[in-house]
Amino acid sequence: MSDVPTPEELLSSIEPKPSATGWMDTPVEIKKGMYCYASNPKSVEYVGLPYPRQWNPKDDDWQLPENWQEIISKGFRERLDRFRSVKIFMDICVRCGACADKCHFFIGSGDPKNMPVLRAELLRSVYRNDFTTVGKIIGSIGKNFKKVIGARELTLDVLKEWWYYLFQCSECRRCSVFCPYGIYTAEITIFGRELLNLIGLNIDWVATPVSNCYRTGNHLGIQPHAYKDMMDFFTDDIEDITGVRVDPSFNRKGAEILFITPSGDVFADPGTFTCMGYMMLFHFLQEKYGFDITWSTYASEGGNFGFFTSHETMKRLNAKMYAEAKRLGVKWILGGECGHMWRIVHQYMDTMNGPADFLEEPVSPITGTKFENAKATKMVHIAEFMADLIKHDKLDLDPSRNDHLRVTYHDSCNTSRVMGLLEEPRYVIENVCNNFYEMPVNCIREQTFCCGSGSGLNAGENMELRMQGGLPRANAVKYVHEKHDVNMLACICAIDRAALTTSMEYWVPEVEVTGLTEMVSNALILPGERERDMNLRSEELPGMEGDDAE
Amino acid sequence: MRLNDLLIPKKTAIIKKWFALAIDTYPADTAKFLKSQKDPFANPVGRTIYRGLEALFDELLKGMDIENITSHLDPIIRIRAVQNFSPSRAIRFIFFLKTAINKSLGKEIFQEQLIKDWQLFESKIDELSLIAFNLYTQCKEKLFELKANEIKNRTFKAFERAGLVSEIPAEAPNLEPINHITKEASDDV
Repeated sequence: MSDVPTPEELLSSIEPKPSATGWMDTPVEIKKGMYCYASNPKSVEYVGLPYPRQWNPKDDDWQLPENWQEIISKGFRERLDRFRSVKIFMDICVRCGACADKCHFFIGSGDPKNMPVLRAELLRSVYRNDFTTVGKIIGSIGKNFKKVIGARELTLDVLKEWWYYLFQCSECRRCSVFCPYGIYTAEITIFGRELLNLIGLNIDWVATPVSNCYRTGNHLGIQPHAYKDMMDFFTDDIEDITGVRVDPSFNRKGAEILFITPSGDVFADPGTFTCMGYMMLFHFLQEKYGFDITWSTYASEGGNFGFFTSHETMKRLNAKMYAEAKRLGVKWILGGECGHMWRIVHQYMDTMNGPADFLEEPVSPITGTKFENAKATKMVHIAEFMADLIKHDKLDLDPSRNDHLRVTYHDSCNTSRVMGLLEEPRYVIENVCNNFYEMPVNCIREQTFCCGSGSGLNAGENMELRMQGGLPRANAVKYVHEKHDVNMLACICAIDRAALTTSMEYWVPEVEVTGLTEMVSNALILPGERERDMNLRSEELPGMEGDDAE
Repeated sequence: MRLNDLLIPKKTAIIKKWFALAIDTYPADTAKFLKSQKDPFANPVGRTIYRGLEALFDELLKGMDIENITSHLDPIIRIRAVQNFSPSRAIRFIFFLKTAINKSLGKEIFQEQLIKDWQLFESKIDELSLIAFNLYTQCKEKLFELKANEIKNRTFKAFERAGLVSEIPAEAPNLEPINHITKEASDDV
């Protein structure tokens, strides 16, 4: 039998296994399904970012400015001087590997360059070469010695590798939880993407929302009248479902509170049901306690894709929310179910655009609770606001309306790892439904897995990448689905709602996705409502069908 | 003696070998992780493949229940269909079972004159690969469908936003019959 070729030998003739070269010697291969389209030059130009042009990641020629190396090098230097964190993160990593297997993109793709340590090493290798004394001395001895200290020159191939892998990181920060030095690896990606933006290398899924948001106030480019039109549709739907007509107010000066949420809630299912949930909640509070809140068609976006572009762009987009709060003369801001909006508010806002001294320290007008945690930013998360209402028994709830749901909860990366908002959403869920099951401990709370599409990666053309990144989360959902028959995945982020819906359809099609407030308002008993036989998705409530006929 | 009498006692060793060969389709650094991390939530790829191969081996010993085989093979193919493999590389691990068995029992199969049994078993493995091919194609179709649906939904929303969509109302309009035939038809109802 020895003459018969083995299956490995036969298959190798079709497609040989890639040679086992070290990472520095393995050139990047830009694969379809793994990258997002390059930014539309109009979008880049509109916000005054440099080098707008048509380019294609698959082309050899990326139409780079002639002196691109000089621009990157100067940008690198400036940021090392400006951000002490970046300098430290470049220097202190001991390559212990604690982060290596913690990234959902590595776990799902199996590509070693998605190990956070190695992804950071793509930049560190150039840092060592160009910005450290050792690197310069060793480099002057001879090129071959560079590799010994993990240094290399910034070539076109290296640049392409940066672009490819920095847009395969969703800045979720899971790796940082395991780093003994606390290296904020997401910040390395943020820094790297900022460098790429200096030579016009962004993706369109980020660049166009940024430009839209700058112009109209939201990522989708929705103008005020269209925003209101959509809310009018929701008002009709709510009336059909509950018999109650809600009356949200827009751009109202003198309101006590301004509400800001991601535009995805207004325009993308299933976020739209969460939006209807907000509208019903506010109506309930207004009727019962005289709650005074306004929406804004200008600050019509909580999300901020500027965060995935540069610090300056992030600052500009964040500023509009506070400018609108000032213009309307509200006391404080209530924020909806969003991910990175909260990261920016929590971590960057006060330094970038603070102090928000024209606003007041938030106090719930209904319970009197002082949200001291929001002292600096004057912005309260809807989950903590609702948890406080429930704690004080201010909501009339019928959790049995959610009895057909067997729910698990996905901690959104930004709200859990960055803000520490862990208990409030769980407290709310446990009060609005009777069947709640946690996923395994190493998949929730601070250790939560990303949806796989954060930080601007929720495009269509990179679906394989999204499914790879979504695997660890979906795998845990599948486990609770099989064990507890879970059929609903709750979350508090607009990107999650969009991305997990697609991810579930591929990995665990029996599970749907919901926002937290959608569940709350399904259980919420509105004053004067008719008996509910439908949920906010206009689906019949099991056990309530045909009640009208009786 | 039947082939199964040889295969059953060697089951663990064969599966381990099969798993090792399957995992070696990943880069070396990744393979190390996929083999060593035993927590199924920290290592869904490695553990899903291991569990799947174990169950598939049992099915091959028993017979060929297509439904069972599909349910064990689907999770592995679902993963490999989104990873950076060519189609042949994605499903080639199936054939590695032949190598794994040959390495463990090649001599014995020959000595015990079980070549016929072995040929039959090999054809089962080939059949497995055909099921894998079906599943791989289904997964790829699903991915394209997801891409298309996202775009379609987005476009529809854009039209809806622009007021270009008028939904069909819940109740049909009460129209006069337009001709004799229609009238008769509606009278029948």
